[in-house]
Amino acid sequence: MPEQTVRVASAHGLHARPASLFTQAVGKAGIAVQLAKGGKTVNAASILGVISLGIDHNDEVTITAEEGDGAEALLAELTGILTTDHDAS
Amino acid sequence: MADTSELHGVGIGRGLTFGPVLRMPEPLPEPLDIPSALGPDVEKEHATAALASTAALIRLRGERAGGTAKDVLEAQAFMAEDPTLSDDIVARIDTGKTAERAVFEAFANFRDLLLGMGGYMSERATDLDDVSQRVVAQLRGVPVPGVPDPDYRFVLFARDLAPADTALLDLDKVIALVTSDGGPTSHTAILAREKSIVAIVGAAGAMDTPDDSVVIVDAAAGLVTVAPSEEQLEAVAAEIDQRAAQVPVPVGPGALADGTSVPLLANLGSAEGAAEAVELGAEGVGLFRTEFLFLDSTKAPTVEEQQKHYTKLLAAFPGKKVVVRALDAGADKPLSFLNAAAEENPALGLRGLRALRANEQILRDQLQALANAAADTEAELWVMAPMVSTVEETRYFTRVAREAGLQTAGVMVEVPSSALLADRILADADFASIGTNDLTQYTLAADRLLGSVAAFQDPWHPAVLRLVGEVGRAGRTLGKPVGVCGEAAADPLLAVVLVGLGVTSLSMSPAALAGVRAELTRYTLAQAQEFAVIALAANGANEARAAVLAAASPSNTNPKEKVE
Repeated sequence: MPEQTVRVASAHGLHARPASLFTQAVGKAGIAVQLAKGGKTVNAASILGVISLGIDHNDEVTITAEEGDGAEALLAELTGILTTDHDAS
Repeated sequence: MADTSELHGVGIGRGLTFGPVLRMPEPLPEPLDIPSALGPDVEKEHATAALASTAALIRLRGERAGGTAKDVLEAQAFMAEDPTLSDDIVARIDTGKTAERAVFEAFANFRDLLLGMGGYMSERATDLDDVSQRVVAQLRGVPVPGVPDPDYRFVLFARDLAPADTALLDLDKVIALVTSDGGPTSHTAILAREKSIVAIVGAAGAMDTPDDSVVIVDAAAGLVTVAPSEEQLEAVAAEIDQRAAQVPVPVGPGALADGTSVPLLANLGSAEGAAEAVELGAEGVGLFRTEFLFLDSTKAPTVEEQQKHYTKLLAAFPGKKVVVRALDAGADKPLSFLNAAAEENPALGLRGLRALRANEQILRDQLQALANAAADTEAELWVMAPMVSTVEETRYFTRVAREAGLQTAGVMVEVPSSALLADRILADADFASIGTNDLTQYTLAADRLLGSVAAFQDPWHPAVLRLVGEVGRAGRTLGKPVGVCGEAAADPLLAVVLVGLGVTSLSMSPAALAGVRAELTRYTLAQAQEFAVIALAANGANEARAAVLAAASPSNTNPKEKVE
């Protein structure tokens, strides 16, 4: 299954706004995606699941997408969201 | 018609109005944990439908509110639609629980999880509670808790208002605010001052008033009259007309009735608000907060980046005073690059000047950027340090500021130790600016951010006023200016008391300028000093306020007989 490990760039981690950007992107794609940090895995379309991981700036997380059309492109998009500092604007 | 009755509270400002009451619905009671009578399939259907319609309603509210409220509400809608949450609700319904109970427990579970994470995450816990209440209300078929939204103008009665409520408040429909809880520095009071809404806070028993009762709200007297007589209503209507007919105090320099000048300055958080402040008659800036330059970054901005912002600000005030506060981080506004250590008591920790001193280069860069900006513009730049608690810290800051080429360097007085030794602090500092919010918090030992001790957070407290008086006296003796830039300066009558205590300038959010300017013109310096003596003699904040209000009434420009 396509998988990518990234470091989170946002200064305050993956809190409400960046987290909702992330989960919205997953929801729109309609592909099942898992987000994992430190052994805990959640549904990446779930804002509460994502927030509950308590992802801080510079944390390493792994995204895994279900095999299928567009999975690689989705992973690239999600990686882009995670590696952008949404607190910098 | 019901008998006329009265409610007493703390008035914000001096407004007078009347209208029908609408109460903010009370929070829903916790759903009972009783076995479902409908069976899991029906319960699941109900839960799914309630979650979906709640999400849709929240989105609709977001569209209407726009701005930052829209983002907050959009995030709330996603919470209602969350797959992890609905899985959890379904699992709970499968154990035989009702939809209401399952929703309640699932949200509470996530709320506790977020609270446990602390910091930014724990603030989102309130959002979850709000969504949970909405879904449960939907399931029960009762009105959704939250700000009422009728198609007529009304007086809003609430326990207290949360920031999320006020963001959604349609101010065109709210004639007045009355709260049963909360004090003069509560969120409700701050909002009322900013938006010039007639308001009375801490009116015990307010929530027992039935919806649609007519009330008169008289902020100057701190009095709500419930179900007034026809005569009372006519008298109030006449009074309102008379006040409206009065020529407003023209925008201009602040002064007392005897001509004593009291410069009125603006509190600003970014250069954007400068034009509006000038329009509302600000004679300069008494507090320019610089945190916004730092909050969104992982490292301090460069000298050049900062200089650009400061130049923009200073250019808006040619020939006028602009007091810039050095970065005030820590406590309620933590910055990881200044102090990453978790503290048990952040309000008593490495914050303000203490944090800057531990990162001296950040301080030196900021002062350098300010000095450069001042050289390029015509404004009279003053700089001050936040959270100074010793004479030694004062000397440190003024030395570093002067080394950067800054002419005027002062300190904020927010800690009782600085107020008590103001005579020594002002021997070195060029001026003092009293931050009454923190000074009250530290004097009464009551956390500003903690609702359960909000009643202590009242700058009318004579202990706080005595400390202000110490600073005022030191300023007078040494010929140094003493300003106030806390919430207290925006309370018109308290502003007069502060002048009586020796304060020489007042700084506030620009919207409050007109009310304070008008109040100052009503009294002479001798009267202001008399009010100060009266307030200092009181035993507590409410007593001080009531005593000064009573002393001020006869000289009110509007000596109309009081309605019985």
